[in-house]
Amino acid sequence: MRFNVNGVIYEEEIDHRRTLLEVLRENLGLLGTHKGCDEGQCGACTVLIDGKAVNSCLVLAASVQSKKITTIEGLAQGEKLHPVQEAFVETGAIQCGFCSPGMIMIAKAFLDGHPNPTEEEAKRAISGNLCRCTGYFQIVDAVMKAAEKMRKEA
Amino acid sequence: MKEELSVVGKGIPKVDAILKATGKAVYGADFSLPGMLHGKILRSKVPHAKILNIDTRKALRLPGVRAIVTGKDFPWGLKYGFTAITRDQTPLAQDKVRYIGDEVAAVAAVDEDIAEEALDLIKVEYEELPAVFDPFEAMKEGAPQLHDHVKNNISASQHLAFGDVEKGFLESDHVREDQFTTQAIKHGFLEPHASVGLWDPSGKATLWGNKQSPYIVYRKLAMALGLPPSKVRVIQTYVGAGFGSARSDPFALDFCALMLSKKTGKPVKFVYSMEDVLVMGEMRHPFYMKVKTGMTKEGYIKAIQAYVVADGGAYSTIGPVSIALPAFFIDIPYRLPNVQYDGYRVFTNKGFCGSLRGHCIAQLRWALGQQLDMVCNDLGLDIAEVSIKNALHPGDETPSGYKITSCAFTECVEKAVEASGWKEKKGKLPPYRGIGMGTSSFITGVKLSGHNSASCVVKLNEDGTASVVTGATDIGQGSSTIVSQIVAEVLGLPIEDITINAGIDTDFTPIDPGTYGSRVSFYSGNAAKIAAEDAKKQLAEVASKVMKVPLEEIIFKDRKVFSKSNPEKGWKIDALIRHAQHSMGKESKSVIGRGSYDSGVDFIDFKTGRGNISPTYTFAADVVEIGVDPETGKITILNAVGAHDIGRALNPILCAGQLDGAWIQAEGQLLYEELKRDKKDGHVLNPSFMDYKMPTSMDIPLKNKHIFVESMDPDGPFGAKEVGEGASVAIFPALGNAVYDAIGVRIPDLPITPEKVLKAIKEKKEGK
Repeated sequence: MRFNVNGVIYEEEIDHRRTLLEVLRENLGLLGTHKGCDEGQCGACTVLIDGKAVNSCLVLAASVQSKKITTIEGLAQGEKLHPVQEAFVETGAIQCGFCSPGMIMIAKAFLDGHPNPTEEEAKRAISGNLCRCTGYFQIVDAVMKAAEKMRKEA
Repeated sequence: MKEELSVVGKGIPKVDAILKATGKAVYGADFSLPGMLHGKILRSKVPHAKILNIDTRKALRLPGVRAIVTGKDFPWGLKYGFTAITRDQTPLAQDKVRYIGDEVAAVAAVDEDIAEEALDLIKVEYEELPAVFDPFEAMKEGAPQLHDHVKNNISASQHLAFGDVEKGFLESDHVREDQFTTQAIKHGFLEPHASVGLWDPSGKATLWGNKQSPYIVYRKLAMALGLPPSKVRVIQTYVGAGFGSARSDPFALDFCALMLSKKTGKPVKFVYSMEDVLVMGEMRHPFYMKVKTGMTKEGYIKAIQAYVVADGGAYSTIGPVSIALPAFFIDIPYRLPNVQYDGYRVFTNKGFCGSLRGHCIAQLRWALGQQLDMVCNDLGLDIAEVSIKNALHPGDETPSGYKITSCAFTECVEKAVEASGWKEKKGKLPPYRGIGMGTSSFITGVKLSGHNSASCVVKLNEDGTASVVTGATDIGQGSSTIVSQIVAEVLGLPIEDITINAGIDTDFTPIDPGTYGSRVSFYSGNAAKIAAEDAKKQLAEVASKVMKVPLEEIIFKDRKVFSKSNPEKGWKIDALIRHAQHSMGKESKSVIGRGSYDSGVDFIDFKTGRGNISPTYTFAADVVEIGVDPETGKITILNAVGAHDIGRALNPILCAGQLDGAWIQAEGQLLYEELKRDKKDGHVLNPSFMDYKMPTSMDIPLKNKHIFVESMDPDGPFGAKEVGEGASVAIFPALGNAVYDAIGVRIPDLPITPEKVLKAIKEKKEGK
């Protein structure tokens, strides 16, 4: 099968029953996408498919061969962090960090389509992703701060 | 006095935040070794049975299966546990299984799917025994016995009495007795347990895993594998959160990864599923509480009595501590002349319970903090005023012997009152709106065993930076950042000049008790401060010689070392470190500072309850304002205000994150979270996040505010005390009291679900 992940083309022999999450982690060595519940409840495995956020544990790898996949590893340009990553670092939105890649991906997908969100919209956008450490307040702050950073950059 | 500092006290981003934000931090399941096999665990499907036989022949014949272990593969009868009397666990079940989920066998195969398939081919022959799921049933004569050596399933009990409660009740103008219960909840971390074991030909057993207290794992692995500790090595990966003993103890996967590695000669990896995590032991103890409070009409608390039955599940773990802690927390934060506590932890055929943020303290505070509100309401008193009237103050010694040093509890209550608009709102809100107050006090470093000291090493590098090796385990709470800030502050360096060990390696990092009991900032922070001061002193001696100024004149600031009287002339720190290293003749040295810290607090006497459980105490007052939808029973938290005496906020961003997280985790338990069980066989009914509901971003309070009350603890590192565990306690009664204020009915049993709220509203309307 042929995958386009973070702009890199991978050709891998893969069992058609494997999920995108399994292929990212086990075949492509992209371990930044985390396996939490493995059934679409926690959001730790969120990646973007053609810019849209999905739980990669619920997607069969075979179904995304012609699509552009973006994972957490694809956001920063070398040492230059994406504004969403910067905002997460600065606001304390990261504690244990296990949910962070998924949170950052869902926030990026949301902000790409909603450059000027309200806090309520930001809360709703991340509501499918669980975090047990932060109580979400600093994550919401991070999303709002990232929005500001992205507006400035645009 | 609060001195202004350069690095400590600043909201500096976590030192590992960039790694975590870019997906580069290596967590448990991310770690692999070449040639690794994959393991799976077989769990019991019956709640209580003797194991007659385990037939693994068919499973071993499955292509790809490399080895299987059962209880017989581990030293027979060698049990591990917290103390001699509580050693009742074996790596896999040996004679009996005691709950649905108890571990029976483990398979290593070339991949996870084959290992999983092999589990179905293992045939376990059981002789089923009667089982018991209710702790009150379990305590009765003739009930099924879980452990042969324990009578009536009393896993542990704690009794404590100070003063004379009967006398105290007689002196009271009003006495109430009420009952409360709390439910089982899970830690709810998102990263399932994962380990890789390698038993190498030299006889060394090395385990990589996402552990919160790696030295506890190391000691217990050695205990149950019958090895000297030096033959065991535990290496910590990044940890996807902790919150208690579910991350501190070794579990079947850890023992089996090592034993299967020994059998096969290959590294073996286990990654639990979320279902494994939710079904297996380790959760918060459900509590049944009968509590009694007596107060004078002026608002002085004269006596408190509590009777507690805690459902402990199938094994002891740290049961004696679990049932003692509520007792040890009764007489803080109020001055209480008369106290009595009788607590029983009981075995049942369910997953075992252990510590979870606010270990068994939140449960009793749920009861006592509401009863205080009830007594105040009955007497027409204001709970805020009563809290201040009975408050502990600096210099107090409680009846149990706790020495109160820094204490700003009164200020906490005053600030919470002010910031929440308490006086304008209490009793004056419209129907279905309510406001409630809760208070608590917490320890800063509990002494659970002989070992309590923490240590640290600080090495000065020739480019002017410092490398730190701490024994503290960062599980996301930010200890690596706090320790780095402290070292940077002492050495006059910016935080980016500090490198710290990313995790614990029991062979090489300083031995440390672990991340529990709110001890890390205080103990490891003090050790880091002492180590940095030692390194600083060594370098200052060099500076004193080369600059020809007295030692006490030497200042370290902004990467420079200079004399107080002549700040313009001095050395850059890197040049001075190189000078110390190369140019001091026979005295040349690489500067390495060492620091160890122990508070010296005695282990509390469990028989009498006397002692000083912690070197210092934190205090909190929370006010919660809610709205209740009378149509649906749904509770919305409109505002939450907390004033927390945390000594000093070493890093305000991290402190706020701890407090936020503590509240929202508590909110889950208060409003909906519950591990539900089948009444007939005790199996978990909701072992997935679909059915085990935790708070999402849509559930958080509409407004929240934390007030740091900085009492500057005399013994804390730069004045700091615990933050983040104590804060998970006061919110319990605060929310309960707000619900009462909103609907006029007390809901004594957690969680406060919409169903219970609706029923209460309906019954009140019908005048029941």
